[in-house]
Amino acid sequence: MNAFPVLSAEGLACERSEHTLFHGLGFELDGGEALLVRGGNGRGKTSLLRILCGLSQPAAGAVHWRGEPLARVHEQYGREMAYVGHVNGIKDDLTPLENLRLAADLGGRTLDEDAAVAALEQLGLGRCLDLPARVLSFGQRRRVALAGLVTAGALLWILDEPLTGLDVHGVALVEGLIRDHVLAGGMVIMTTHQPLSLDGLTPKSVSVGE
Amino acid sequence: MLRFLIAVIRRDILLAARRRGDWLTAQFFFVMVTSLFPLGIGPEPAMLRTIGPGVVWVAALLACLLSLGRLYADDHRDGSLEQLLLAPYSNALLALGKAIAHWIINGIPLLLIAPVLGIQFGLPADALVVLVLSLAIGTPVLSLLGGIGAALTLGLRGGGVLITLLILPLYVPVLIFGAGAVDGTLSGTGAEAHLSLLGAVLVMALLVAPWISALALRVSVE
Repeated sequence: MNAFPVLSAEGLACERSEHTLFHGLGFELDGGEALLVRGGNGRGKTSLLRILCGLSQPAAGAVHWRGEPLARVHEQYGREMAYVGHVNGIKDDLTPLENLRLAADLGGRTLDEDAAVAALEQLGLGRCLDLPARVLSFGQRRRVALAGLVTAGALLWILDEPLTGLDVHGVALVEGLIRDHVLAGGMVIMTTHQPLSLDGLTPKSVSVGE
Repeated sequence: MLRFLIAVIRRDILLAARRRGDWLTAQFFFVMVTSLFPLGIGPEPAMLRTIGPGVVWVAALLACLLSLGRLYADDHRDGSLEQLLLAPYSNALLALGKAIAHWIINGIPLLLIAPVLGIQFGLPADALVVLVLSLAIGTPVLSLLGGIGAALTLGLRGGGVLITLLILPLYVPVLIFGAGAVDGTLSGTGAEAHLSLLGAVLVMALLVAPWISALALRVSVE
């Protein structure tokens, strides 16, 4: 490995309609570490995550992936990063199974049916494999999006409020997923307003908009 | 790269197949508009033959606009557009795939219906052939250029009207050369010149439109 942290951000600033949400924000994240983004509603947590994904450009500062600016490693970053935003990004007309396989197809991965079914069963969706996502509940659709993480095989997970809409069992399940991913050397950046218990694991944290 | 392109195209065709109602709207619109003209103008063969190519082309253009509004809007609403943009491939490739899928879903049916509609206007067989040929070269341009408009107006209120204002001026050359090719056949001056120009427009659109659409998409999702 080299001397660079896997993901680093320096001096990030974000402006929305001439109003500065945050500035001078920086952090470093390596494999096996999690980062919790803290801040109240409307303080720029989602904006920060979108900048880290490469969906938005920061007003100042830069994000580096393995020492290279994000814009230059779009394709490599696309393979190593998985993002679940606060909209799920799943198609209502397709079944959970089709959604997962489609996502894999677009990511240039092959995903056989058994692996997709296993991921969905892991998220407790074993009974809705053949239903269009349109008839699923909010929490179930959230679970489909999160099952995509399991099959994506990405190093970095960027999760925007992953626990919203999940029941107690679902929250524990997702906390388990996050813990396992980090313990296996993965990286997670997430926001949440709920208490997060990742026993045996202390995430780094960064605050926006103080 | 090719694999991603095919994945995008297959995805959109699958989604269109699940929502046949939406998909049929534009085709029905095309058939209705072209069928109303002979009814409204009266059954005079010479008149119908003169306006026929223009009417079919204008209707094809409007039908294309009708379906463009949803090219990126649905994906934007449910967040899957973000996932597509983050995919490990160039965003221009995504825009190209979406435009090709749009053409397969909305353009090819127009090609198949057009000869039947041409008969309503009393177009002779050779003019029908040129009509289909001109649509075959012209409608991909409509999808490619339309993709730029769809990407630019993404997430705006009243985007449907705006897309029309933005894109219709760009469609003018396609309309002129497309309808001109059929007119040329009818008047005996030949269609080659118009078809070649239409081909040149298609090559230009293929080279430029995906990149501009990709830029517009990135601005729109920000």
